[in-house]
Amino acid sequence: MTRLASAADLAALRERLAAQYASGEPVVRVCTGSACRAAGSLRVADAVTEELRRAGIQVSVRRTGCQGFCQHGPLVMVDPEGWLYGGVTPSDAAKLVDLTVRRRQLIEHLACRHPETGRPIGSTSELPFYQRQTRLVLRHCGLIDPTSIEDYIAAGGYRALARVLETMSPEAVISLIKRAGLRGRGGAGFPTGRKWEAGRAATGTRKFVICNADEGDPGAFMDRSLLEGDPHAVLEGMIICAYAIGDCREGFVYVREEYPLALEHVRIAIEKAREFGLLGKNILGSGLDFDIEIRRGAGAFVCGESTALMFSIEGKRGMPRVTPPRSVEAGLWGCPTCLNNVETFANVPLILNRGADWYAGIGTEGSKGTKVFALSGKVKYTGLIEVPMGATVRQVVFDIGGGIEQGKRFKAAQIGGPGGGCIAEEHLDLPIDFESLKGVGSAMGSGALVVVDETTCMVDLARYFLSFTQQESCGKCPPCRIGTYQMLRILNRIVEGKGEEADLRKLDDLGRLISRTSLCGLGKSAPGPVLSTLRFFREEYLAHILERRCPAGSCETLKRLTIGPECVQCGLCEETCPQHAIMETENGLAIDLLLCVNCGACVSVCPMECIAEATGEGGANDGTGDEGTGPDHSYH
Amino acid sequence: MVTECGTTLLERTRGIVAPYAGREGMLVHALQDVQGVFGYLPEDALRVLAEELGVSLSHIWGVASFYDRFHFIRRGRNTVRVCTGTACQVQGSRNVLQQVEKLLGLRNGETSPDFSFTLETVNCVGCCGLAPVVTVNNEVVPAPEMERVLADLRKGNGGND
Ligand SMILES: Cc1cc2nc3c(=O)[nH]c(=O)nc-3n(C[C@H](O)[C@H](O)[C@H](O)COP(=O)(O)O)c2cc1C
Ligand code: SF4
Ligand code: FES
Repeated sequence: MTRLASAADLAALRERLAAQYASGEPVVRVCTGSACRAAGSLRVADAVTEELRRAGIQVSVRRTGCQGFCQHGPLVMVDPEGWLYGGVTPSDAAKLVDLTVRRRQLIEHLACRHPETGRPIGSTSELPFYQRQTRLVLRHCGLIDPTSIEDYIAAGGYRALARVLETMSPEAVISLIKRAGLRGRGGAGFPTGRKWEAGRAATGTRKFVICNADEGDPGAFMDRSLLEGDPHAVLEGMIICAYAIGDCREGFVYVREEYPLALEHVRIAIEKAREFGLLGKNILGSGLDFDIEIRRGAGAFVCGESTALMFSIEGKRGMPRVTPPRSVEAGLWGCPTCLNNVETFANVPLILNRGADWYAGIGTEGSKGTKVFALSGKVKYTGLIEVPMGATVRQVVFDIGGGIEQGKRFKAAQIGGPGGGCIAEEHLDLPIDFESLKGVGSAMGSGALVVVDETTCMVDLARYFLSFTQQESCGKCPPCRIGTYQMLRILNRIVEGKGEEADLRKLDDLGRLISRTSLCGLGKSAPGPVLSTLRFFREEYLAHILERRCPAGSCETLKRLTIGPECVQCGLCEETCPQHAIMETENGLAIDLLLCVNCGACVSVCPMECIAEATGEGGANDGTGDEGTGPDHSYH
Repeated sequence: MVTECGTTLLERTRGIVAPYAGREGMLVHALQDVQGVFGYLPEDALRVLAEELGVSLSHIWGVASFYDRFHFIRRGRNTVRVCTGTACQVQGSRNVLQQVEKLLGLRNGETSPDFSFTLETVNCVGCCGLAPVVTVNNEVVPAPEMERVLADLRKGNGGND
């Protein structure tokens, strides 16, 4: 391949490719995103390729990024019909080639079924999971081969870049992004156009563009999926940004080391883009020089914070610093630096291709466009989804996620990871956008959405997040370093049944203090999960404190013993109990929970074997993987 | 370690660092590459690094100790990480950790005496849809399959234990 020397070269290449990729041709798309790969999709792809070769059929097998419906992997999509097969194994390959590719028949037992009617689905567009989404940023994800720049170009890729370089001034690009109302998807929702404008206004010997692909939030995999499934879209956004801010020749993608496949795909994409003349000197003959390098993170969550990230790229400890100066004025090596999130950059080509007005027409007043979420936890269908801003939590959890597993009850949705908060049942109809989430003490974060049912203890969940932030605190400022430690100690006490009522007040006070006085976003948002659960699930805290009871039945030390209906009132347990916790009541023997220390002496003497651990109202999740962790086979 | 790599440790480290000498801000990457070869950061290698990059050993120490992914003592040939991210946590990762601890005979953070396995936890590997998951040498494995994968590794390792 020779370098593309102009926009015309790119257009000619696209035409050539379009002829090759004529629509209506059958294509077998095997999902090779991380989740499907873990379920064995590479072997499926190999088997299908081999089977086609043996049958002498010329049909391309495309190894795509995440197709979204992770719960049912390995996924195979067959075009032109758009049939979606789930749970495919290598032994299905022969049938798939013979029936579907050759005779164009739907294999019913592999096809995903409509959750309500149970009918095998003709195509993805009939599946509520997809039907109710608006896949714009994810438009190529799961369709193209992310390691092929040709696939991206054939799908219209780099067209926005070519148009920008040929026909638009940097100011025009910035004003378009501003008019579209794009806000950063990395958490805080800062208006992207304004950031770029400040980047353009800043002067320095060098300027940088950085893509923040650290994605340290546990429960988040949007950025990973985008980088794995459509890396060129992110690069295209970065190049356009470099052009818009001006005098910028160097860019970095900062990817966490835990994402080997994303690293690999970005590396390939950068090499290919260079080879095609879309990165490097004189891009598309426009005079723009810009190149991108990869930097790997090394496992520190705080390095996702923009100033810390820049120190990390400089080869230092990734500790946040006081702002101002803002990074757009003095960032990497003290030079003006424009840093955006992966999804933010992936939105850019889309906006340039379809226009600011079109984009601003999607979403809500203050939050435009769509948002990609990583939907996980106790919903029926977990996966990678995209909805317009302003979609409600109910739509996401019930319409797309299919509701709660095993007919259990929705308890909460945790949005925004360790810096976010919990949405309770009463907020199911809350529109998801930057302002509404903030209004209920939550935050968009990067877009992790974990659904929990009645078997999850909210106090324990809050404790989990706090122990995460406490561990990840860089330690630079005392409110964050010591404050979160103190909060964690209180939470540990409550979970162990040693809490006092005054603790709730302390948690609240400490939380507010830490939020107010910490230096960076980590400390400022760390108390979020605790404060929001305190607000919406206060009675659960009180049950732990006043009754030494965990309503979800999940806190180990609060597991309580109860006497079952088989009891013949022999009284052996009563005699044995060192705490004298067993007493006679109108309805027979009962254990006084405040006295019981869970020693189990009664269990061992009971001849009827009727004393056992109660599982709480919800029934404890034993987490052995027997329940709700595998694919829901009823779906196939 | 020095006995295992002998004199080559110094040369190998020089080889790794060479492309980074004189380039700004490559310390973290150089450390990652050194660890990629030796599995951890041997002190002798860090001394070489300090010389070649022209920075002090204490600076290198300060940087390396900041990041979770750097290790200063020898590790197992296989790394097993139990994901304790939110989704995995909600789906019972605590029990998975207990299970793996039992299977490997190791506690979280430990390396087996024969250096066949190191067990640790990780915060989300981005496969939350399959939660709970475990990674074995960076490959994601759904928890129900972990036992089989570990057994295979044992065999591949010439039956250590
Ligand atoms: C502790 C902490 C971790 C963060 N992690 C990330 C991250 O992983 N990815 C990300 O894009 N932004 C992260 N952010 C937000 C960034 O600091 C920054 O606001 C964002 O990347 C800017 O890009 P945007 O304007 O496109 O959203 C984090 C912030 C904090 C305080
Ligand atoms: S708030 Fe926490 S993470 Fe942020 S600078 Fe202070 S100590 Fe470090
Ligand atoms: S929480 Fe375990 S993979 Fe995301």
